[in-house]
Amino acid sequence: MNMELSRRQFLAATGAGVAGTALGAFGFGEIEAAHAQAIRAFKLVNTTETRNTCPYCSVACGIIMYSKGDLKKGEKAEIVHIEGDTDHPTNRGTLCPKGAALLDFVKAETRLKYPMVRKPGSDKFERVSWNDALDRIARLMKDDRDGNFVQKNNDGVTVNRWTTTGFLAASATTNETAFATYKVVRSAGMLVFDNQARV
Amino acid sequence: MFPPVPNPTTQPVPPKFGDKDLIRRSASTVTPPAQRQTEVAKLIDVSKCIGCKACQSACIEWNDTHPEIGINTGVYDNPHDLTPDMFTLMRFTEWENPETNNLEWLIRKDGCMHCEDPGCLKACPAPGAIVQYSNGIVDFIHENCIGCGYCIKGCPFNIPRISQVTHTAYKCTLCSDRIAVGQGPACAKACPTQAIVFGTKDEMKEHAAGRITDLKSRGFANAGLYDPPGVGGTHVMYVLHHADKPEIYAGLPNNPRISPIVEAWKGVTKYAGLAVIGFAAAAGFMHYLVAGPNRVSEEDEENAEKLTGEEPRQ
Amino acid sequence: MTNSWTDIRNTDLVVIMGGNAAEAHPCGFKWVTEAKANRGAKLIVVDPRFTRSASVADFYAPIRQGSDIAFLLGVMNHCITNDKVQWDYVKAFTNAAFIVKDGFEYKDGLFTGYDETKRDYDKSTWNYAIGDDGYAVVDDTLTNPRCVWNLLKAHISIYTPEMVERICGTPKEKFLKVAEMISECSTPTKTMTSMYALGWTQHSKGSQNIRSMAMLQLILGNIGVRGGGMNALRGHSNIQGLTDVGLMSNLLPGYMTLPNEKEVDFDTYMSTRGFKPLRPNQMSYWQNYRKFFVSFLKSMWGPAATPENHFAYDWLPKLDVPGYDVLRAFELMNQGKMTGYICQGFNPLLAAPNRTKLTASLSKLKFLVTMDPLDTETSRFWENHGEFNDVDSSQIQTEVYQLPSTCFAEDEGSLTNSGRWLQWHWPGGTAPGEAKTDNWIMAQIYTRLRDLYRKEGGAFPDPIVNLDWSYADPGEPTAEELAKELNGKALAPVMDPTDPTKVVVEAGKLVPSFAALRDDGSTTSGCWIYSGCFNENGNNMARRDTSDPDETGAYLKWAFSWPVNRRILYNRASADLNGKAWDPSRKLIEWDGQKWSGYDVPDIAPTAKPQDVGPFIMNAEGVSRLFVVGMMRDGPFPSHYEPFESPVTNLIAPRIRGNPVARVFKGDFAQFAEPASQEFPYAATSYRLTEHFHYWTKHVWVNAVLQPEFFVEISEELAKEKGIVKGGWVRVWSKRGSIKAKAVVTKRIKPLICDGKPVHVVGIPLHWGFTGAAKKGFGPNSLTPFVGDANIETPEYKAFLVNIEPIAGPVA
Repeated sequence: MNMELSRRQFLAATGAGVAGTALGAFGFGEIEAAHAQAIRAFKLVNTTETRNTCPYCSVACGIIMYSKGDLKKGEKAEIVHIEGDTDHPTNRGTLCPKGAALLDFVKAETRLKYPMVRKPGSDKFERVSWNDALDRIARLMKDDRDGNFVQKNNDGVTVNRWTTTGFLAASATTNETAFATYKVVRSAGMLVFDNQARV
Repeated sequence: MFPPVPNPTTQPVPPKFGDKDLIRRSASTVTPPAQRQTEVAKLIDVSKCIGCKACQSACIEWNDTHPEIGINTGVYDNPHDLTPDMFTLMRFTEWENPETNNLEWLIRKDGCMHCEDPGCLKACPAPGAIVQYSNGIVDFIHENCIGCGYCIKGCPFNIPRISQVTHTAYKCTLCSDRIAVGQGPACAKACPTQAIVFGTKDEMKEHAAGRITDLKSRGFANAGLYDPPGVGGTHVMYVLHHADKPEIYAGLPNNPRISPIVEAWKGVTKYAGLAVIGFAAAAGFMHYLVAGPNRVSEEDEENAEKLTGEEPRQ
Repeated sequence: MTNSWTDIRNTDLVVIMGGNAAEAHPCGFKWVTEAKANRGAKLIVVDPRFTRSASVADFYAPIRQGSDIAFLLGVMNHCITNDKVQWDYVKAFTNAAFIVKDGFEYKDGLFTGYDETKRDYDKSTWNYAIGDDGYAVVDDTLTNPRCVWNLLKAHISIYTPEMVERICGTPKEKFLKVAEMISECSTPTKTMTSMYALGWTQHSKGSQNIRSMAMLQLILGNIGVRGGGMNALRGHSNIQGLTDVGLMSNLLPGYMTLPNEKEVDFDTYMSTRGFKPLRPNQMSYWQNYRKFFVSFLKSMWGPAATPENHFAYDWLPKLDVPGYDVLRAFELMNQGKMTGYICQGFNPLLAAPNRTKLTASLSKLKFLVTMDPLDTETSRFWENHGEFNDVDSSQIQTEVYQLPSTCFAEDEGSLTNSGRWLQWHWPGGTAPGEAKTDNWIMAQIYTRLRDLYRKEGGAFPDPIVNLDWSYADPGEPTAEELAKELNGKALAPVMDPTDPTKVVVEAGKLVPSFAALRDDGSTTSGCWIYSGCFNENGNNMARRDTSDPDETGAYLKWAFSWPVNRRILYNRASADLNGKAWDPSRKLIEWDGQKWSGYDVPDIAPTAKPQDVGPFIMNAEGVSRLFVVGMMRDGPFPSHYEPFESPVTNLIAPRIRGNPVARVFKGDFAQFAEPASQEFPYAATSYRLTEHFHYWTKHVWVNAVLQPEFFVEISEELAKEKGIVKGGWVRVWSKRGSIKAKAVVTKRIKPLICDGKPVHVVGIPLHWGFTGAAKKGFGPNSLTPFVGDANIETPEYKAFLVNIEPIAGPVA
């Protein structure tokens, strides 16, 4: 009697539970089959790579995003894995505990998907279309600007400022977004303007 | 800088090792390959580790596990222990060095050591649930696992954990799927300070020697490599600043070896065989040994703890 | 950063003080471990807590938060007293020899000209003596008692090791060990790097903390050299870029400044900006200001900016106060003086101080708009979350729009890291739901507002309707279009100033760099310091060549570094007066008799002779400033001031509370605890943990696993005194708010003995709120005071007072 099979048989007899294994097949065929599954298939095969920069701290580590589907080909792309880019001079492929979990940021439950409005006094957000939200925001801004814009100060100096609506810029938007934002904010005459450099 | 782990390929690559490279298979005999693959190893330099848990993070992401969100219990260790969904864990120890009176914050990445002489595999009664490749990787094959928990008893480092969902045992695979395509483990790739590096076992020993020289020059006279001979050496090794006292690193065993209980079971199967001792006798012995944690005597637990040097954990 | 992350490999000594690089910047910290492993470099950590940076340090010294200036001036005093000074560097490259105007003095913690009612100085004596030739007077022998060097020596002489111990709580022998290790870097062949972050900035004297170290680095000859520098680690991925592009109330792009209302016209504005050289032959680079300013105005208003209307100078808003920073914004809101607020990727309800005041302020707005990829607390400030956000929604009349934006993975463009590298990234994923790019959202708001003004008219529509918005799709400018705009282009042929027949840049072409910008309206450039980022050679920010000759860490062909791809600022100072490297093994640029060349882009005119032109060309003196003229509100030298909330009184100037010129709004002073308060006896500080990034990663499952729940950290001694157990619940409260937390009781925090009395430190990490995957919790901003740095208004998050007690935990 083969020792290995005895052990297996024994375990079945003692009721320790041989979940799902084919006890009937006493040959070695099943062992070969099991071997073939031993090592998990490499999960990045045939994914699309895209280079990006970690959005957290200012070390700016290089990352590679692996997706199913290719945006460049006009396809929908679902990111399935993110890891450090070894070609990057600073991080050499390494990532910190935040960077290494970026996939879960992209797919966070609390990612926002739709514009929402909370009406005065309400205790809930409600869906709103982009169009309605943006029209309303532009209207609120214009009404306030028209009402409170200061063209000249008390000394008659042209000051062209608007200080009753403010803008807080981010810390992780691109430089290009930053410049577009700068143009919009400054051309409106806004002075209450800051970013997240201090906190 | 130690050569960083290369970027993954997205092209299909034939695996660099597989069935033909098995040198051990639980509860089975295998024909060892004619030529052993170069042994690989992961080296964890505790003196360079900043306890950032990038290894934990990368491990979760790569292995697609989903550990529970726990609570704070007054320490930085999270999760609080290895789990079926957390194959590696930073263990933090605040140690006041009696010689210098300085505080040292010892941070050790815990996880499977991939022993050359793997106690888990030897204890495992399920054919093919645990395998060892000739490059040194000890891997669990979940399809074959019966969830008996023997591997935990057999492990001198108290590493494997049984899932209450799938009723099978889990631990670090050394990212066998990555290594099979010429990659390094996810934790080694992520580690910001290269406190974790990966290569052949010889390279790792050589790299460790350089690190130990540096540590000695900085006043750590007992710096050394942890590659415990009691388990035939390991394929995950540590550089420790105080290699004379591994136990201060959250109870790293001073001289780990496979529990005599496991060796006895191994002995029974290997040398006696059912034809000699009789099926009933074997059944009795196994029942005593296997039937689950609840039925293992306290004495056995204590023995196991003594042997592994582990404190019981919450 | 003056240097870059990869340059840290070249250092001999790393000082982490005012930061915690191993935790907050782990992959940058790699280069510290590399320097240690390859050069035998040493690491010193000075911090109130034994951090994870300290866990791998060669030497750790504790310090009471808010006392860094005393410590650093103490080190400086030690260096000078023990002749540990790089004399050739100090004499040639700093203003040590400059004579200070008569009348300037320092007494009882104050400099000349203090006005207590204005909380401000008359700075007129804080200047150099100017000779008959119009240049600053210098004494190269450093013997004149009024020269900067001798004034400095006198100013810091009070900071003895004994005084440092009394103020900082750093044991004298530990302080001396640090001072000795640092002083060794005064030789030309040994270099120290300073790595700091918000541990220095978030104080009411944050700017002077940094200045103190910068001065020390100058005395040691460590600025402009490989492995040296002042390296602000910076917190967020593009906060360097957002600041470079000028998204602050008083800034224009490229560190130009917005006019104030006294600058009634273009010429008045320009009269104070083109700094005239203060020494013969010196280059003063800001003399090009007009070119950069006009090119910026042309980027804003294109053809509508003409020489006749002074390039639309009047269309820029003029300031009536120094700045409308986030603190002033909330103060105005709280006074009911604001209508609307738009938050783009910023979560001020958790990020700004004194949360009670923030909630009250937001509740007074008519409208609030948030744009964010994540569900922020700010966007839900009106929603009741039990004790975590205890508000009555029905009483809050603010109309709130929560707009979903894309995240990095779905977005294209460049980010500027702390080493000033602009790196391009590409989108790789489809955005969820209806999330839109920030460019799209801003363009949609702008075009709607513009169209309303076109249709209806209204208050001064000119700057809005004339804004140059000539993008292919006005509804969504592309990143590439905007990057080219930042770089700048020629509107007419740009001629060579030395040869008016030679065209340097043809009309319509992108300018190669800011050297091609002109002040006649013939060029545009959105942000002059970014010029060169996207020129006719292509998108230089997207470059990925990793070559690095002789492994200096420069990586000149990787991405683009501002200005003009320079990797180490002030790099001319890496060479001696004759242009030879101070340290031949760390050559950076050298003078070959005709020109400067080497591993980096020279930070000086390539043909400027070494003896003629000083290395600090952005300063009118050409040298660096141990004594600063005009720019710092709180003194030309740093001086020790206590935090506004301090467990002790100021030992060297007992009458002074906090920083004497820091801005404090009416009402906020009453909300500060008294110095050495019995009611709030413990010194609290806030910080990040390595497992989290700010308020983002509590939304990330994995990071919530790694550090799930809000806690505070205290010493075993304080725990014993208060009966607090490890893992138990505590209440922590300040004069402004109260929070509940788990207690981490640790040997890593020890009571500090300051002037004979123990000071207990309470550490409060900042990553929790009421949205996301992690357990709901509080943040330090429920407790912190509403006051900022005297110069730039960074809130005093790092030093404030609290009390603590054990409490029963919530019923499960």
